[in-house]
This record gives sequence, structure tokens and C-alpha cells, in this order.
Amino acid sequence: MLEYLWLIPVLTFLGAALNGLFGSRLPKPVVTAIGVGAPLGALLVALGCLWHFWQGGGEAVGQTYWAWTAGSLSIDAAFLLDRLSAVMLFVVTFVGFLIHVYSAGYMSHESGYWRYFSYLNLFMTAMLLLILGDNYLIMFVGWEGVGLCSYLLIGFYYDQVFPPYAGKKAFIVNRIGDFAFLVGMFALIAKFGTLKYSTIFEQVVKDSSLVTGPYVLGLTFASFVALCFFVGAMGKSAQIPLFVWLPDAMAGPTPVSALIHAATMVTAGVYMIVRTNAIYQAAPGVSMFVAVIGAATAIFAATIGLAQNDIKKVLAYSTVSQLGYMFLAAGLGAYSAAIFHLGTHAFFKALLFLGSGSVIHAMGGEQDMRQMGGLKKALPQTYWTYVIGALAIAGIFPFSGFFSKDEILHAAAGNGQWILYIVGLATAGLTAFYMFRSVFLTFHGKFRGTHEQEHHLHESPPVMTIPLWILAVGAAVAGLAGLPGEGNWLHHTFEKLTERPAGLPEAAEHHVSVLVLALVALAVAGTSIWLALRVYGRDRGLAGDQAFAGRWPTVHRLLENKYYVDEIYDRLIVRPLAALSTFFWKGIDATLIDGTVNTAGATAKVAGEVGRFSTTGNVRNYALYFFLGVIALFVWLIL
Amino acid sequence: MTVPISWYLILAAVLFAIGTVGALTRRNGISIFLSIEVMLNAANLTLIAYARQFESHAGQVVVFFVMAVAAAEAAVGLALFIAVFRQRHTIDLNRINLLRW
Amino acid sequence: MELLVFLIFAFLSVFAALVVVAHKNPVYSTMALVLTLFSVAVLFVLLGAPFVGVLQVLIYTGAIVVLFLFVIMLLNIGREDSQIAGHKAQLFFALLGAVTFGSLVILALLSLRHAALPPLTPELVSLEALASTLFNEYLLPFEIIGLLLTVAVIGATVVARRPAAGEGAAAPKEEAQP
Repeated sequence: MLEYLWLIPVLTFLGAALNGLFGSRLPKPVVTAIGVGAPLGALLVALGCLWHFWQGGGEAVGQTYWAWTAGSLSIDAAFLLDRLSAVMLFVVTFVGFLIHVYSAGYMSHESGYWRYFSYLNLFMTAMLLLILGDNYLIMFVGWEGVGLCSYLLIGFYYDQVFPPYAGKKAFIVNRIGDFAFLVGMFALIAKFGTLKYSTIFEQVVKDSSLVTGPYVLGLTFASFVALCFFVGAMGKSAQIPLFVWLPDAMAGPTPVSALIHAATMVTAGVYMIVRTNAIYQAAPGVSMFVAVIGAATAIFAATIGLAQNDIKKVLAYSTVSQLGYMFLAAGLGAYSAAIFHLGTHAFFKALLFLGSGSVIHAMGGEQDMRQMGGLKKALPQTYWTYVIGALAIAGIFPFSGFFSKDEILHAAAGNGQWILYIVGLATAGLTAFYMFRSVFLTFHGKFRGTHEQEHHLHESPPVMTIPLWILAVGAAVAGLAGLPGEGNWLHHTFEKLTERPAGLPEAAEHHVSVLVLALVALAVAGTSIWLALRVYGRDRGLAGDQAFAGRWPTVHRLLENKYYVDEIYDRLIVRPLAALSTFFWKGIDATLIDGTVNTAGATAKVAGEVGRFSTTGNVRNYALYFFLGVIALFVWLIL
Repeated sequence: MTVPISWYLILAAVLFAIGTVGALTRRNGISIFLSIEVMLNAANLTLIAYARQFESHAGQVVVFFVMAVAAAEAAVGLALFIAVFRQRHTIDLNRINLLRW
Repeated sequence: MELLVFLIFAFLSVFAALVVVAHKNPVYSTMALVLTLFSVAVLFVLLGAPFVGVLQVLIYTGAIVVLFLFVIMLLNIGREDSQIAGHKAQLFFALLGAVTFGSLVILALLSLRHAALPPLTPELVSLEALASTLFNEYLLPFEIIGLLLTVAVIGATVVARRPAAGEGAAAPKEEAQP
């Protein structure tokens, strides 16, 4: 079965191509069959490959399909199935498939149905390429591909004003990161002459002095590459300062938000760092920087989530915050913890987004929580699965989030980074609080919407609720993969992958009791939920928000307007750039370049108009010209 | 005293110049042709002078060819004049200028 | 002796050329051309190319000039209006002519100064030597010249042909302004 590894992205690509080329002419059931069947096929093949992979002891399997050589650079079209990509493969195909099924229900009334599935399959293809590639070039192809699909899908409702703008914003902000990523790749090519993971990491692990000498701008080589890659991750995974595209990306259809902006695309940055851990371990300064940014992003986004009214925006900022956790873990060297949280987050965040989609669907498109309330009765399945997701993200035992978040906090404490630990803990508290705020505002209390909306309320069809339940099961039990202590399957799995390069000083180890940390985290989360219940629960409705706004109006306004980050960027960056572009356009392109070309044309025209007077039709004149030429020839011959 | 070659060449130059002025100045087509014949003769004279100077027959052979070409040219040119004259009833070159701008 | 002959016929040719160029009556011009050609033929003989001189008389004066006279007669070309006097352009052309002359003279003087011509030898003058050069080294051009003359004859015949009935027999087109 392993020899069919290549089939996984090919199947989804075929699905995308078929729907893209013919979908507008095919009947809807056929589009669905292709659009959902392709990821199903990919999932089945993936499961088959994974089965054989684990049967074979989890030894890394590389498959080369094509060898490209250009001059001295040799890059292969090859896949690598090792433990890290195996875990990612499972998450992506499984969650991806469920979301495709859900979409068949959610998007069934859309006119661009075929287009949606085509883009979504294309996204799966790119994401699969990203995680299966065995070198940075294929990862980058996938990286760019998911960025493209993100743009296409965010701007899916292209006939409205905002979605295309949001899509553009996402793509452009990502581009900044991509540029840094490219620079990092160039540095790798310059030093190692290849982009293949195994070659590069082998050399680094064997002899870390390769990457620890001074290189450029006062950084070591490892630091430089690690920093460049991390800037790429900042863009793709929405960390400070490049996170601004993610909340606006909610303009896309909700399943898109679930798949791309929660479970898979935004986690590409984390995957990339874990994959490149050999270099990050050799660059402790940058790794700490990663952790700090991660922690800062986590708490920053969590505070914004406290005051958002759009249910999807709450989840968006929550995603940014949870991604911050993953980077915190990766920066601290707890790579298995980062991947653990990536996996659990994929399940519960996708669940939460799909649940919110169910709510929005029932509300006839309304996303503002202030219009909701009391939906528990009308949407029971949505309610319970959403609550499971909320408990998971809040980190309540025994749901998955508890274990994965705990791993991260333990990593912080174990490394002696108490400030980061406090920040992480506080964020956990905030997370629980704002998640349950959204639960109470949406599902509890009295309905605050209009009469038509009330009549329209209905539970979603099974095609949408079954994926919810499956994801809920996953959100509940995925924690088993990383039980603390000896049973930590993930940790053991990744041991070899995250080998420390030779020649680096040993990492500091503090022994902190796992149990104590777990209890502390649980207590914090529990307290937050209780607080949320006090403020928002039991039919209190919007009174909590109004009290907040009344007591601390400035703070509330600041949070509600997301610290005005977009406005600041607009003033500082966007407007000057736009002015510069206008100058280049009007001043240089239109005047200079077009002017030059037009002048050339005008000169030819004028020359022609003047020159035509030489054709007098008078033969004697022609004879004269002839003669003048002869004289010129004579002169030339004499001289 | 023998005539130095440069005298022949000067003579040829003079004839050529006279022929040129005539070819450029006259309005009558026939007269232009006559002037051209004068120029051709000047060229022939030069060629023969050099043939003598370098003791080669090549110059004379070329003159032979030049004469043949001159004959052909005169024939065709005059035929053209006749054809034009039939149309326009004039061979005043100032009047034959349809290809004006 | 040679010098005297040269001088006489040189001046004669120049004078005749001037008449060719300047006279208004084309028939007089043609007659003057005959004189020019004849003088040049004598100079050819003086230079040791008697065959070419005879050819000059035969072909040029005998055939080409006759052709000119026939055409003049056919087209009934009369005196031209005076055109040399008064035209600024004409003066310009005269100057041009002078310039040409000047440059040619310089060319000539630069190359040979006052070198004397080598004496005439029987080989130089002999017809056999000329013929051998012509038919050995210059055989191809000779043949091509033959072809050229054929083409010229055919061309001249075709061009000067009377147009077929109904073709081009209309009234003369309006003359364009000079």
C-alpha cells in the first residue's frame, strides 16, 4: 500500500480538476460525489499507508518520483512518510474529509457549489504536498498552494464587497512571510546545496558547528534561517505581527474557516518549525523569540476574544491564540507538545467552527451573538457537540485540550520560563472564559433575534451533524495520544525526530511535578468557566457585556476594536505604500516609460511626415540624390 | 614628350563633370541621355588610361562591356521615353511627376 | 607629336561636351556628341587601344547616336525653353559638378603624379592579346553581356510597342503641376 503514497494528493487534485473544469455543467449529486469522494479516497489510501507504516515499525519511508537537476542544484519530487508527516497526514485527511462531508450540507444552496468543492479539493492537494514533501521546495509549493486556495475560498462570495478584499489581505500579508521563507531557502541552498530535509538535518545533527558560526547581521547561520522561516510562519500561522488577515478571513464560508483557518493551513507554520527542529535547536535565541511571540500572541488574541460579538470572530481570535500556544511549545523545544496541541486543536476547533456554522445556518446567515440566545432547545446536537468542543479548548479533564495544553505549560515550567508559564496559564483562563461566554450567549437564555429568524430555527441535517459528532469524539479522546509520563506515545514517537544536534549545550531541565501543574491549570480553567457562568449564564443574556462596557468603557472599546491594529497598520504601512505606488505609477510609469515609448512613436511619425517631401516625383531630383550619394562615396574613398 | 597619365585622368574628370552638370540640369529627357553618354565616355577614357598604365588588357575588356551596356541602356531608355510620350505627349521631366507626395 | 594630338583632341572633346550640355536644340546636342565621341576615340588610339577606338566609332556614333536621332525625329522634339539662365537650382548643380571634378582630380593626382606612361609595345596594342584576355578570363561576363543585350532588345521592343486597340488610347491624362 505504501507505494500508493503519491496517490493521496493526486486523488484530491483530480477531484479539483474535474469539478473545476466540468463542475458547472454537472448535476449537483455528481459534483458532490467527486468533491467528497476524492478526499474520501485520499483518506482511505492514507489510512492504508499509515497502517503499513506503523506495522513496519514507523521507519521513515521515502519515495522519489522525479529528479530535477538544474546546474548544481538537485531537487527531487519526492515524498517522505515519517512519524511527523504520518501524524499530520492523519489529521489533515481525517478532519478534511469530515469537513468536506459537512460542506455538502452547508453549501447545498450555493450557486457556486462546484467551484467551492474544486477549491477545497485543491486546498487539500496543496496541504498534502506541504506535509508529504521531503524537501523545502515541495513544502513551499504546498505553502503557496494553500495560500492561493485560502485567497480563493475567502473571496468565495466574490459578488460582495468585503470577501474579495479579505482574500487579498490574506494573500498579501502571507506574501510577506513567504518572502522571508524564500530567503531562508536560498540560504539553505547556498550553504548545503540542497533543500532535502534528511541531508540538511543529518549534517546539522552530526556537526552543529556548521550552523553556529557567525553568518550575517550578527546572527549565526542557524539563527538566520530559523528567523526567516519563523517570519514565514508568522504570516501563514497568524502570529504577531502578521495575524491581521485571519479574523477578516471569516468572510469565507464557515467550513472553509474550519478547515483552513483552524485545522490545517494555519498549522503549517508549526509543522514547518517542528520539521526544522534541528536548526531551531541550534538557534536558541531565535527559539526563545518564537516562544515569546507565541505567548504574546496567545494572550493578546485571547483578550480580544473577550469582546467580540461575531461568533466566528471569537473563534478566529481563539485560533490565533491557540496557535500562539503551539509556537510557545515549539520555541521551548517541546516539539511533540506542539504537534499534540496541533492535533487536538484541529479536532476541537474544527468542531467549534462547524458547530457555529450549524448555528449560522439555523439563524439564516446571522452571525452576531447578540441576536442569538436560547438555541439549546432548537439545536440540541449542535449544542452538545459545541459544549464538548468548548470544554476541550478550555482544557477540562478528560478532554483532549486538557492534556495538550498541559504539556505545553509543563514545558514552560520545566524550562524555568516562569513568565511564559504565567502568560500561558492566564491565557488558558481567558480562553475558558470567552469560550463559555460564547456558549452562554448563543445557546442559553432567551432568544434575542427577530421573529422570522425564530421560525427558521432548525437543527441541521445529518450530513452536517454526523461530522460534528465524529469530531466531538475526537476532541474528547485525542488526549490519549499524549498522556503524561511513560504513556506519552507522541513524545516517544518523535524522540528520534527531535534529536538534539551534537555540540550544543544541554537544555536546562527543571523537575516540576506534572500533577501539580495539571491541577493548577484545571483550577484556573474551572474558575474561569464558573466566572463566565456568573456573568453570562442563566438567562442573563447581554447584561454581562453591558456591565463590562459600563465599568471599563475604554478597555471594552479597545478590545472590541481589536486594539485598532488594522487602523494602525493602515496609517503606518498601507497608506505610505499606496502613495509610493501611485508615484511609481503616475510619475514613472506613465510619464517616463510610456512617454519614452510614445515619443519614439511620435518621432517616427514626424520623421515620416517631414521625409515624404523628398519624394517629389521629379526624376531629376532623384538623379540629384543619386549624385550626392556618389559624391559621398568619393569622399569616403579619398579619405 | 609623352603625355603623363594624370593629364588623361584630368581630362576624363572634366568630361565627367560636364556630363554630370548636364544630366542634372536639363529638362529634356533626350538631352539628359546625351549627357549620360558623355559621362560614360569619360569613364571609358579613364579605364583605357589605366589599362595602358598597368599594361593590362583588362581595362579594355571592361570598356568593351561598358559600351555594350551603354547601348542596351540607351535602347531601353529611349523605348521608355517613347512609351511615356504616348501617354503624356511630353518628355519634359518637370511635367512627369505623378509619383509626387 | 603625341602631345600635340592629345591637346587638340582634348580641347575638342571638352568643347563639344559643353555644346552637348548647353545647347537648347537636341539635334545640335546630338551632333556635338558625335564630335565628342570621335575625339575620345582618337584619344583611345593614342593610348594604345585602337580596337576600342574603332568600336567607339562603330557602336557609339554609328548606332547609339543614330538611335537618338531617330527618336528625336519620331517624337518631334523641338527646342527647349531656356532653362540654364536664372535658376538657383541650376547654379547649385553647376557647383556640384565642380566639386565632383575637384575630387576626381585630386584622386587622379594623388595616385600617379606625373608618372610617364610606359611605351607602347606590340603586345599591348595587339588585337590577339586583347581577344585572348576577353575570351579566357572574361568569358562569363561576355556571355552575360550577350544575354543582357538580348534582354534589352526584347525589353525595348515590348516597351515601345504601340498599345493594342482599346488600351490606353484615351485622351491624355491631365498633367500634374510641375
